[in-house]
Amino acid sequence: METMVSPALVNQEVSRPATIPGFGRELKSDEMVINMGPQHPSTHGVLRLELVVNGEVVVDMIPHIGYLHRCFEKHAEHMTNYQQVIPYCDRMDYIASMNNDLGYAIACERLLNIKVPERVEYIRVIMAELNRIGSHLIAIGTYGMDIGAFTPFLYAFRDRERILDIFEQTCGARLLYNYIWIGGLSHDVPANFQEKVKDFCKYFRPNIKELNDLLSYNKIFIERTANVGVLPADVAINYGVSGPVLRGSGVAWDLRKDDPYSIYDRFDFQIPVGDGKMGTLGDCWDRYMVRVREMEQSLNIIEQAIDKIPAGDVQSAVPKRIRPDSSDIYVRTETPKGELGYYIVADGTTSPFRVKVKSPCFVNLSALPAMSRGAMIADVIAILGSIDIVLGEVDR
Amino acid sequence: MKELLISILQNEILVYVLMAFVPLLWILPFALFAVWWERKIAAHMQDRLGPMRVGGWHGWAQTIADILKLIQKEDAVPAAADKFLFALAPFVVFLGSYAAFAAIPFSAAYVGSEINIGLFFVLSISSLVVIGLLMAGWASNNKWSLFGALRSAAQIVSYEIPVAVALLAVVMVVGSFDLQEINRAQSGMFWNWFVFQKFPFLFIACIIYFVASLAEVNRTPFDIPEAESELVAGYHTEYGGMKFALFFLAEYANMFAVSAIAATVFLGGWNSPFGDFMSGPLWGAFWFITKGMGFVFVQMWLRWTLPRLRVDQLMYVGWKVLIPFSFVVVIGVGLWIMMAQ
Repeated sequence: METMVSPALVNQEVSRPATIPGFGRELKSDEMVINMGPQHPSTHGVLRLELVVNGEVVVDMIPHIGYLHRCFEKHAEHMTNYQQVIPYCDRMDYIASMNNDLGYAIACERLLNIKVPERVEYIRVIMAELNRIGSHLIAIGTYGMDIGAFTPFLYAFRDRERILDIFEQTCGARLLYNYIWIGGLSHDVPANFQEKVKDFCKYFRPNIKELNDLLSYNKIFIERTANVGVLPADVAINYGVSGPVLRGSGVAWDLRKDDPYSIYDRFDFQIPVGDGKMGTLGDCWDRYMVRVREMEQSLNIIEQAIDKIPAGDVQSAVPKRIRPDSSDIYVRTETPKGELGYYIVADGTTSPFRVKVKSPCFVNLSALPAMSRGAMIADVIAILGSIDIVLGEVDR
Repeated sequence: MKELLISILQNEILVYVLMAFVPLLWILPFALFAVWWERKIAAHMQDRLGPMRVGGWHGWAQTIADILKLIQKEDAVPAAADKFLFALAPFVVFLGSYAAFAAIPFSAAYVGSEINIGLFFVLSISSLVVIGLLMAGWASNNKWSLFGALRSAAQIVSYEIPVAVALLAVVMVVGSFDLQEINRAQSGMFWNWFVFQKFPFLFIACIIYFVASLAEVNRTPFDIPEAESELVAGYHTEYGGMKFALFFLAEYANMFAVSAIAATVFLGGWNSPFGDFMSGPLWGAFWFITKGMGFVFVQMWLRWTLPRLRVDQLMYVGWKVLIPFSFVVVIGVGLWIMMAQ
């Protein structure tokens, strides 16, 4: 059976069927191939996992993707305008659309050598961080549900609702915003925006503690996630994973600090990394906790930025006609899932010749078989949830 | 009650048939109410309202509407299923939980069958459920169902031991398996209830019984046989319509059965907490149902609070925590009784 990993990278011992001494002959237990997904409650969309199991123990696993492939890259080539690609970017990682748009907008602005106004930069950072909190809330809530705790899921959605209300007030959409444009924004923020965002920060901080009390430090939750799906730092780097999955393994790598874009270099915030507090460094609990602590850091950034928004016109730098010279550019940004890269080739026309996306979810998912071998079926669910994939971005 | 009916109807067989339907008069309204109640409890714990439309007042008729929908559904059987076992399984599961009600005393005046091994009967007849679950999982011819069935067999068989041993502690104190006898031994004020007797042994026995009974009825945190995020729906993945409704009904009936045993054995059953105040056959039923519903509420409360254990952790809790502690309780109670003599 072909697998996605080289044997050298497999860190966990592969358990093979045991031979039981019988009466005169060896009794051999059999492996069973079991199909998880694409219609399964916990594969976070249309992911299919082919599991080879020995009882409850997973001997091997092959992820099958492509059920949500919507030809993003081909669509991008056939638009009449660079601007028209943005709604398609929304639909990749559809729970963090602001972050997707931000990466594409920055790539196009660098192609065109546009300097966007300060007001736009501040609003973009606030929106991206709000969306990061929203995305992490979904990751944490659904992770609780994967482990069997239903209630934290709805608590997370209750808080995310506040964020979506702010987005809706700003650009009319609650999921697919089409808000961050090349060179600016689609709308200016409403008059009470600052007040609403401050209210949210004040409201949300205590709720992180509530979430920790309810789920993060729950004994059963720790039992289920600590020491499960351990991804050591060297294996993580070899797989090229990024985002909370990489930071959960103890590698402090965050593009907002290490390769700053927009105005992230002006803010004071930490990069939370996993510390193996509850079990082994790089286990599911570490990856989970990195997200919880990142939400706090995002709040810090928002609070620093919200009072400094300068006055100005958010559309003053939006180009009338987008026609970059023949050139190419690679821009990477830190989305909630990890390192999202856009490689754009311009051919001097009004539409891109090629748009290639380096998707963090796709790369992170590739590490799943290595983490899952030797685990139990229930652990596969826990590991998959801790990676936090969005199939819209895996398949594009 | 039996004698009364025999004197009216003059036919013993007819009376037994009639008596057999009496628990249904409680199980069906209870299941209708408990499903709605659980949804409301879950909703209010989760910052939402739950069903609010059907029937007007707080969606009280929601479950009735759901049942009507389930009755109308096509009775689909998978092509590769073992059709006979597939059809039989929900009835076996329901039989196990239904028959348990025969020996549960609802009040001093009513118990379906006053047998001197009532507790023993309830424990053993409710073990039938596991056979039904295995049948359902095997007959569905679905790997997820089979996983659910195997898990539930392992789980229920393991957790019957702490359940039985914890109840044995009380049986030693009373000296009888008769549930009415156990009730009568706890009459008087509430400190006569066994949960407060031989402190702390019977208190620990009560907790062990309650935790293990959660596993017996597949409730969170031990709901791994039907863990919806792992096994889709466990043993009842392939079931729909009324067959599914029977599984559902059996689950709720079972929830009340284990709660009723807990209430009877540890919380005085139909005894009023205040001695002779508010005591009598009808008040007895009131107290019994109130106590049982209290345990049912705790089961629901836990379900909407806790995550789920993994299979091996579940076995660990059963064999290495609950069973040793239950034996300690039995030895402690035994020594206490010996010393007191």
